Amino acid sequence: MSQHPSLVHARGLTKRYKNGFTAVDGVDFDVRPGKAFGFLGPNGAGKTSTMRMIACSSPITEGELSVIGMDPRTQAREIKARLGVVPQIDNLDTELTVRENLEMYARYFDIPRGVAAERTDELLDFVQLSERAKDQVEPLSGGMKRRLTIARALINDPDLVILDEPTTGLDPQARHLLWERLYQLKRRGRTLIITTHYMDEAEQLCDHLVVMDKAKIVAEGSPRQLIDEHATKEVLELRFTDTVRANLDGRLEGLADRVEQLPDRLLLYTADGERALEQVHALSIPVESALVRRSSLEDVFLSLTGRSLIE
Amino acid sequence: MTVLAASGRVWQRNWLVYRRLWHRSLAFGFLQPFFFLTAMGIGIGTLLSADALDAFGGFPYIDWLGPGLLAAMAMQTSTFESTYPIMNKIMWGRNYEAMLSTPLGTRSLVIGELFWVAFRIGTLATVFLVVLTVFGITRTPAAILAVPVAALIGIAFSSCLIAFTATQRNDVGFSALFRFVIMPLFLFSGTFFPLSRLPDAIEWIAWLTPLFHGVQLIRGLVLDDLNLAGAPIHLGYLLAMLAIGVTLADRNLHRRMAG
Repeated sequence: MSQHPSLVHARGLTKRYKNGFTAVDGVDFDVRPGKAFGFLGPNGAGKTSTMRMIACSSPITEGELSVIGMDPRTQAREIKARLGVVPQIDNLDTELTVRENLEMYARYFDIPRGVAAERTDELLDFVQLSERAKDQVEPLSGGMKRRLTIARALINDPDLVILDEPTTGLDPQARHLLWERLYQLKRRGRTLIITTHYMDEAEQLCDHLVVMDKAKIVAEGSPRQLIDEHATKEVLELRFTDTVRANLDGRLEGLADRVEQLPDRLLLYTADGERALEQVHALSIPVESALVRRSSLEDVFLSLTGRSLIE
Repeated sequence: MTVLAASGRVWQRNWLVYRRLWHRSLAFGFLQPFFFLTAMGIGIGTLLSADALDAFGGFPYIDWLGPGLLAAMAMQTSTFESTYPIMNKIMWGRNYEAMLSTPLGTRSLVIGELFWVAFRIGTLATVFLVVLTVFGITRTPAAILAVPVAALIGIAFSSCLIAFTATQRNDVGFSALFRFVIMPLFLFSGTFFPLSRLPDAIEWIAWLTPLFHGVQLIRGLVLDDLNLAGAPIHLGYLLAMLAIGVTLADRNLHRRMAG
């Protein structure tokens, strides 16, 4: 049935809206089964539009897309039956209880009542909401609502789960609990597609990433590969007073592979941050503060686009 | 899953919400016709002189008014059910977005909502008919057919209203709809007075409006005074309105939801 070993196969995939805006411009990617695939990029990069095309909720303008070996143009219903979708903005049924949200959703998939009740019990347990089963949805915290949405996305035992910015707007504790649950899903062999503009989220969860910017894919690989290819091993972050910074005259350029100027600080990309810092001190430049850290996906994005992920 | 089964699930979801409130809704269903019949039928009706009754086909005013109110109730209920609640499911609560991520399609959503409106109006019309019977207005057991006709009026209106709501980006359009469409229909569809009292030109327009046909059917059934030549036209009008409404509602909702 499937022509490709990948669960999602896209070639030259394009989304152009009626107003002429091109949200996704000819992207190619393949999502392998059992992996967590990430779309990393700033707001407006085209991540959500790509997700909506995969989820068959937005028609494809141009290009080739197959999802679970099927064509979204003609087999949307069959594809949707095998997908789990966690949208960016919660769309739980606030007029139903927690339990009813799952059982009713199961019925939309034509899952028999008995099976629906069983899965609801399991999933409420999995997302740690069993004790709230009879409660209304509205009073739940943001993290709980998001967990319930994830449980709902799993009710049809999907082949592929799509999560659009799963932890945006959550507090750190709720984010970590959610990551832990998603990690469990990964361990159980579920294929996940995740969009995010948080580099830590992408590093934590994704086996394979594409970096999107301005409707195009600008890099692709595992988080480690991307960092190795597009950033140095370490980064030296330096802050100076305004007068010192104004009089640097490029004296730092030779000390690192690359120097990135940010409004509040300078980033020196180098294999050895401590050594670079010693050299700065040797030049007698007064440093306000200095920090040596490992490179992250944030640095990859910065080096690829010259801009930060979250602006 | 067939469209019918899928629509049933949409109905079921509404029932799940409603079953916690149904007793309140039905109590109001009893009170509304009771108040109207007392105030207008008895209050105003008793002021009408005996020769005025010729205009009401020889029926006492309250008897003539009652079935008309039943038809108007069907229109009003479907208006309430198909404006704000549908907009909520499209925009604010995003219920349709969630439902369309499953194998349900927009056609199932539309038909499911119409099943729901038919059910709501069916129960309210039954209650209404009981009140009419208590007031001694019902003339024949065949009056029970007013219940499915009321449901038909409801879904004919509802389908067109869902088509309208699916095109709206906010609720501003609703107040215009209530003032300039629903209210005039309520007043000028032969519910409160015979259309023959209107100037000829306006009477002709009133003939073209949907509620008029519903009022004629229900009044004929309840008072055992159905015009057998006119009935197929009235029925055909409402069925055509339903067919057009469903087509437009499905098209508009589909366009709205797929960006």
